[in-house]
Amino acid sequence: NGSKSVVRTLRPEAFKSMIPTIPVTNMVCFFAVSHSQITRLYSRFTSLDKGENGTLSREDFQRIPELAINPLGDRIINAFFPEGEDQVNFRGFMRTLAHFRPIEDNEKNKDPTASEPLNSRTNKLLFAFQLYDLDRDDKISRDELLQVLRMMVGVNISDEQLGSIADRTIQEADQNGDNSISFNEFIKVGNLQHINVWAGDHYLILSYILLSVLQD
Amino acid sequence: YFLLNFNPFDNLLCILLGISFTVWFTLLLVFIIVPAIFGVSFGIRQLYMKTLLKIFEVSVNHLSVCTAIIAKEPTSLEEEIKEIRRSGSNRDLDHASEFEMSDIFYFCRQGVESIMDDEVTKRFSAEELESWNLLTRSNYNFQHISLRLTVLWGLGVVIRYGFLLPLRVTLAFTGVGLLVVLTSIIGFLPNGRMKNFLSEQVHLMCYRICVRALTAIITYHDSENKPKNGGICVANHTSPIDVIILASDGCYAMVGQIHGGLMGVIQKSMVKACPHIWFERSEVKDRHLVAKRLSDHVEDKTKLPILIFPEGTCINNTSVMMFKKGSFEIGSTVYPVAIKYDPRFGDAFWNSSQFGMVNYLLRMMSSWAIVCSVWYLPPMTREEGEDAVQFANRVKAAIARQGGLVDLLWDGGLKRGKVKDTFKEEQQKLYSKMLVGTQEDRSRS
Repeated sequence: NGSKSVVRTLRPEAFKSMIPTIPVTNMVCFFAVSHSQITRLYSRFTSLDKGENGTLSREDFQRIPELAINPLGDRIINAFFPEGEDQVNFRGFMRTLAHFRPIEDNEKNKDPTASEPLNSRTNKLLFAFQLYDLDRDDKISRDELLQVLRMMVGVNISDEQLGSIADRTIQEADQNGDNSISFNEFIKVGNLQHINVWAGDHYLILSYILLSVLQD
Repeated sequence: YFLLNFNPFDNLLCILLGISFTVWFTLLLVFIIVPAIFGVSFGIRQLYMKTLLKIFEVSVNHLSVCTAIIAKEPTSLEEEIKEIRRSGSNRDLDHASEFEMSDIFYFCRQGVESIMDDEVTKRFSAEELESWNLLTRSNYNFQHISLRLTVLWGLGVVIRYGFLLPLRVTLAFTGVGLLVVLTSIIGFLPNGRMKNFLSEQVHLMCYRICVRALTAIITYHDSENKPKNGGICVANHTSPIDVIILASDGCYAMVGQIHGGLMGVIQKSMVKACPHIWFERSEVKDRHLVAKRLSDHVEDKTKLPILIFPEGTCINNTSVMMFKKGSFEIGSTVYPVAIKYDPRFGDAFWNSSQFGMVNYLLRMMSSWAIVCSVWYLPPMTREEGEDAVQFANRVKAAIARQGGLVDLLWDGGLKRGKVKDTFKEEQQKLYSKMLVGTQEDRSRS
C-alpha cells in the first residue's frame, strides 16, 4: 500500500465549535505536525464522548479499561478537569495532553549533554508534581506522599513500612528542612531534571499534539 | 370505443410484466437457487468481487490515511520503572533505593497513553478502513471527493438499493421459509439414518441460499480439519452471520437461548429435524445445567458437533478477546475455526448497541458483499496439567495467529460492564514486590 498521503480532514464546523476563539488554520500553522494528528485525537475524543454533547465526564474516562486498572487512574483523570468542574471540552483535553509532547527528533540530534529546553520538560515534571500535590499548595507533604504511595501499592505493604519509605524519601529530598518537598526539590531528586520521560529507543511515539500555545 | 382503445395497451403491459417477472424468476432459480441446492457454484460471485476490486483500485486508491498513534514493544512493569530510574539517576544502581519519586512517571505515562489510544474500546465499534469503499456509512472523514467518485458512489447506491437489495431480500425469505417448512416436515419422520441425512441436506441447502442472500464470498481453508461428531467447534465471533457461514459448509448442533418472534419459530422448527441445544432464558444462568447438557451431547457420538462462540459477544474482527472457559471444561476435542472478514466490501460487525437485528441485516444486504476467509485449524485437546483457562488461551492464540487478529486477554463483556478490580490489584502487587523485594535483599546482605 504505497501512498500514505493524508486526506482525512476535520469537518471545520465541528472543530470550530469546540474551540471557538481559535481558527483551525491558525492552529495548524503553529505546528510542525500535520493536520491529521490533531484530527486523530479529535476522533478519539468523540469516540470517548458517549453522550455526544462535546464534553467528556469522568465516567467517559473510566470506561477505558486500561485506565480504570491504573492505580493512579483517578488522579490522572482529575488532571483533565479544571478546579471544581466535571466536564472537559476538546480544548481542555488537548491542553492536558500537550504536557506529554515528546522531545522532537531534531532536538534529539543536538548535543545530548546540552540541557533540554526547560519548557517541555518542566511541564511534564509539573504535571507529575501536581499528581502528588493534591491541595495545590506547591508542597508535597508527608500525607500527600503517603496517599500516592498507598494508591500505587494497594494493600500489599503495611502502614509502618510505607511510612518509613515516605520518611526516607522526604529526608533525601528535603533541603530546606520544612519536612515537605517543593517543586524545586522535586526536580533535583534523583536528577529528575535530566530524566528521559519517554525512556529510550524502544518507544516510538508517533504523534502527540503541540498545543502548548493554547495558554490560558 | 374507450374500452376498445385501452384494452390492447393494458394487455400489452400485463404481458410485458408477466414476461419480465417470469424471466426474472427463472434466472433467480437457475443461477442462484438450484446451485444452492446442489452445493455447486457458477463463480458469479467471485467475478463480481474481482470487478469491484478493480473499480476500487482504479478510482479510490489515493484516499488513504495513516492510522497509528502509539506503537510500542511489550515490556514489564519492573523493566520500565527501572528504565525510568536509570535515565534519571546517575547513582550506582546496586544500592537502588526502594522507592523513587520518578516511579510515578510509569503510571502517568501508561494512563495518558491509554487515554490517547487503548486496546479495548476500539474493538467494540466497526473497524476503520484505510481507504473508502464507496459506501456512505464508511465515509466518516473522507471529505475530498472528486466528481468521478461521487458519480461512482451514486451508481453504487442505485445498484445496491435498486437491484441487489430486493434480490437478496427475496432470497432471504426463500431460504428461511424453506428451512422452517422443510425441517417441520422432516420432524414427522421416525428417528434414524434417513432422517439425519435429510435433515443435513435441508440445513445445508437453506444455509447456502442464505449465503447467496448476503452475497457472501467465502474461502474455506484446510477443510480436512472440519469438525467431526462428538467434538466442539469454537470460533471467533463477529456477527450472527458467522453461523450461516459455518453452517453452510458443515452440519452443526447450535447452542443458544430461545428467542421469541421469528427467531423462536426458526429455532423450534430446526430442533424438530435434528437435536440443537436451546436453553430457556432462566436456564442460561445455571452454569452446571449448561455444562451438563453440552457434555451429554458430546458424549453421544452420533450427534453433530456443537458450535460455540466462547467470546460471548460480537467483537469487531480486529482481535480475539477472552474465551469463556465453560466450553473448555467439558473435555472433548476442540476444533478451532478462525473467521476473518474483508471489510472492504462491507463490514460484518454487529454493533448491537447501535443497530437492532433487522437494521443490521438490511445494512448487510445493502453492502457490496460479505467476503471472508474461514480456516479450519487442527483439533486440540486439553493437555496434562493444563487447566481450562490455559487451554482456552491456547486455542485463542491459535485462532488469533491464523486469522491475523490481535490476541487480547480482555473480556468481551467490557463492552457493557466495568473492568474487575483484580487487574488493578495485580499491578499494585507487582509494584509492591518491586519496592519490598529490594528491602528483603538489603536485609539479607
